Amino acid sequence: MPQLVKMVVQRLALGLLTLFVVSVIIFLGVELLPGDLTEAILGQSATPETVAAFRRELGLDLPPHTRYLEWLGNILQGDLGRSLANGREISELISWRLYNTLFLAAIAAVIAVPLALVLGVMAALHRNSLFDRVINITTLTSISFPEFFVAYILILFLSVNAGWFPSISNVGSEMPFWDRVFRCILPALTLTLVVVAHMMRMTRAAIINLLASPYIEMANLKGLTRTRIIVRHALPNALAPIINVIVINLAYLVVGVVVVEVVFVYPGMGQLLVDSVSKRDIPVVQSTSMFFAGAFVLLNLLADMLAIVTNPRLLHPK
Amino acid sequence: MNTKGDIILSMRGLRIEGQADEQWQEIVHGIDLDLHRGEVMGLIGESGAGKSTIGLAAMGYARPGCRITAGEINFDGIDLRTSSEDELRDLRGVRISYVAQSAAASFNPAHRLIDQFSETPVQHGVKSKFEAEEDARVLFRRLKLPFPDTIGNRYPHQVSGGQLQRAMTAMAMSCRPDLIIFDEPTTALDVTTQIEVLAAIKDVVKEFNTAAIYVTHDLAVVAQMADRIMVLRHGNMIEEGNARDMLANPKDPYTRDLLAVRTFAKDDLDLIPHETPLLKVENVTASYTGGVKVLHDVSIQIPRGRTVAVVGESGSGKSTLARAITGLLPPESGRVMYEGEPLPVALEQRGREQLRRMQMIYQMPDTALNPRQRIREIIGRPLSFYLDLHGAKKEARIRELLEMIEMNPDEYIDRLPGELSGGQKQRICIARALAAEPDLIICDEVTSALDQLVAEEILKLLQRLQDEVNVSYLFITHDLATVRAIADDIVVMLQGRVVEQGPKDEVLTPPHHEYTDLLLSSVPEMDPDWLDRLLAERQLAKT
Repeated sequence: MPQLVKMVVQRLALGLLTLFVVSVIIFLGVELLPGDLTEAILGQSATPETVAAFRRELGLDLPPHTRYLEWLGNILQGDLGRSLANGREISELISWRLYNTLFLAAIAAVIAVPLALVLGVMAALHRNSLFDRVINITTLTSISFPEFFVAYILILFLSVNAGWFPSISNVGSEMPFWDRVFRCILPALTLTLVVVAHMMRMTRAAIINLLASPYIEMANLKGLTRTRIIVRHALPNALAPIINVIVINLAYLVVGVVVVEVVFVYPGMGQLLVDSVSKRDIPVVQSTSMFFAGAFVLLNLLADMLAIVTNPRLLHPK
Repeated sequence: MNTKGDIILSMRGLRIEGQADEQWQEIVHGIDLDLHRGEVMGLIGESGAGKSTIGLAAMGYARPGCRITAGEINFDGIDLRTSSEDELRDLRGVRISYVAQSAAASFNPAHRLIDQFSETPVQHGVKSKFEAEEDARVLFRRLKLPFPDTIGNRYPHQVSGGQLQRAMTAMAMSCRPDLIIFDEPTTALDVTTQIEVLAAIKDVVKEFNTAAIYVTHDLAVVAQMADRIMVLRHGNMIEEGNARDMLANPKDPYTRDLLAVRTFAKDDLDLIPHETPLLKVENVTASYTGGVKVLHDVSIQIPRGRTVAVVGESGSGKSTLARAITGLLPPESGRVMYEGEPLPVALEQRGREQLRRMQMIYQMPDTALNPRQRIREIIGRPLSFYLDLHGAKKEARIRELLEMIEMNPDEYIDRLPGELSGGQKQRICIARALAAEPDLIICDEVTSALDQLVAEEILKLLQRLQDEVNVSYLFITHDLATVRAIADDIVVMLQGRVVEQGPKDEVLTPPHHEYTDLLLSSVPEMDPDWLDRLLAERQLAKT
C-alpha cells in the first residue's frame, strides 16, 4: 500500500510538470498562428489605429513572455482569467460545458465498456466461430468510418426514419436528468461505436494470449467449464492491458469528441475549444487545454493504480 | 508390492500425432499400458519420448497441436476416447487429476491457493466451499506444509517452489481421485527440496491408495516412487516391468545406457599448480538494486587449465558470482584479479582483449543463439570482432571449430539454430565461446536443459576441449552428478556465502560441512529403498 501512495504522489507531481509543458506548447502554438483576436473580431476593414487601441486594451501589445507569465501567475492562484473575446469569466464559461462533456463521456462509457468486455470475452470463448467473425467485422467497420458519417447514419435511421431519438442534443442547464440522457443517446451511441472495437479486440487478444498458459491447461484438467476458465482464470490475468486500452478510450471520450459535438450541436468543451482557436482567444484555449491534459494525466494515473490493485504480485509482495 | 487391485486404467494400441510445420506426425506409436488400483507406474524417457503426452492421454486430453488418432483408453470401464467433453469434464479433477511440472506456472497467479484448491470440489459439487477449505487444511498438514491453517490464504508468488508443488499435490487430492498423473513434479526443484516433495507424494499416494502415473526423465527418482516402470523412447515402449527387477537387471541396451549415465568421471589431477591462478576472486560482495546482498565476501580461485565447479541451490548466488566476475554486476567491494592484475569492475571499463579472454556459455542454448543467424555468422562474429579474421581465413577457422565440436562443417555451416537439436545448439554455443580463444569459459548450468545422455556427451566434449586447448572452466551447476563428472575443484555455496571449497576428492569425501553433506545425501540413488532409508536416518538424527 505505501508503494501505491508513493506512486500516486510521484505521478501527480509529474502530471503537474506535464501540464506546465502543455501550457507552454499551446501558448507558443497559438502565438505562431497568423493574426490575433483583434483582427478576428474587428474584421479586415478595421483601421490600424482601432486595432492598436483594441490590442492595448486587451494587453495584447505586451511581449508574449510577459503575457504568459501573467497568465501562469494567475492560474497558480486559481484564477483562470477572462475570455478576451467577450470578457466573461473563463471558469464560468467552462464549468457547465465541462459538465456536459463529462456527462456525455460518462454515458458513452457506461454503454461502451461493459459491452466491449462482454463481446471480447464471448469472442474469445467462441474463437474463430461465426459469432467471433461477425463481431470482429462489425466493430472493425464501425471504427473504420469517420465519426461524422456514423453520426449521420444514426440520425438517419434512429431519428429521421424511426423517430425514436432527437437529432439535436441541445441540452440546457435546467433539464431533468433522464431528459438529458435521452437527448444524449445518439451522440453517446456514436461514440460507443467508435470506441468499442478497440477495447473489445484488446479484451479478446489479451485473453487468447493467455490460453496457452500452464494454469489454463491446469484449469482444463481440473474439469472446469470453458466459461469459467475464461472468466475466472484468463480474464483476471488479462486485466492490465485491457485496463490500459479502456483508459485510452475513456480519455478519447473526454477530449476527442469535437466532431460529434459539432454534428449534434452539443454544448461541450470541444466546441468551445474550436471556437476559441478560430478567435485566437488564448486564455480560453489555454484553460480548456489544461483540462484536457489534466484528464489524460488523471486517467492514466487511474490505469496504473488499477494495474497494481488487480495484480496480487504487486498488491501483496512477498 | 501393491499390484493386487483390479485394473483402473488400460490403454491399448494408443497412437498420438503431433503437428509440426503444418504436418501431422505420429509421436506415440501404439502403446499398451495397464495400471492397477493403488499402483504407481513410472514412465521414463528422454525429451520427445512421448511420456507426458501419454500421461495426459490417460485423462482423455491431448494438448493443442496433438491428437489421439487410434487405440483405446479405458478408465474404470469408461471409454475415454468416445466420451463427450462433458463426460470427460466430470471425470477430470474428480476421479483423475493432474500434477504439473512447474507448480509456479500452473497455479493461477491471480487467486489464493485455497480458492484454487476448493474450486475443483465445489465446481463439481463434491463438497461445499466450507468443507473444501476444511479439507484443504487437513491435506496441507498431511503434506507437511508450514502454517497449514493459513498458507492457503497466500498467493502463489508468496510461496516457495517446493511448497507450491506440495500444494498442487494437495489440490490434485482434493476429490480423492482414483488416479493422479504426476508430470515431472520435481524436475524444477533443488535436490534438497525434491526430497521433501517426493516423500510427501509417496506418503499421500500410499495413504489414499491412489493409482498414479509418474512421468520423469530421472531414473533414480522413478526408482523411489514406482512399483512398475515403463521405459519409452521416441514414442515406443522399450521395456516394461517391475521396478526392482528392471533396476537390478535391465534387459534393453537403452535402459542400460540410461542406468549407466552417471559413470563418466574425469581422471584426478594430482598436481596442485603453484603458479599464479588464472582468476582470483577476492572478498567480493554484491547486491542487486533494492539493496539485498546476494554475495557475501566470496573468495575463490581458478587455476589455469582446471575446472572449478560452483554448486548450490537456486538462490545461493552462484549465477550472481558469474555476473560479478564478468562485470555484468559490478561488485560493491572486493576485487577480481586476472593473472595477478585487478580487472576493472564494470563491463564497460574492460578492454576488448580483457573481454576476449573470458567467455560464457548459458543454460538455454535456444535463447542464447540468434534464431535469424546462420551458424557461419554465429561462430564468425567473435572471430572478426576479437581476432580480426576475415575472408578465407575466417571461413577456415569456422570449419575448424565445427570439427572441434564434432559437427560436420559441410552439413551444418549454413543452418539456422532452429534446424538443430538442443545438444547441437549447445555445441554451437561452445564453439562460439571457443572462437574467441579464451583462457576461461564460464559455464552457467550448461547441461541442465539437456537430457541425461546428451548432457553426458556435452560434458565429454568440454573435457576433451580442455585437454586440447588448456582452457579453464568455471562450472556453475546445481547437479552434483555433473560436478562429480567434470570438476577438479569444488566450491559449495549457500545463501551467497562459500561454505566449503577445495579439490574434488577433499570436498566429496567425509567429513564435510553439514550443508555439503545435506546436498550430497539428497542426490537420489538408483536403489529403490534409498528414499525410505534416508528419511529414516534423518528422522533418527533429529531425535
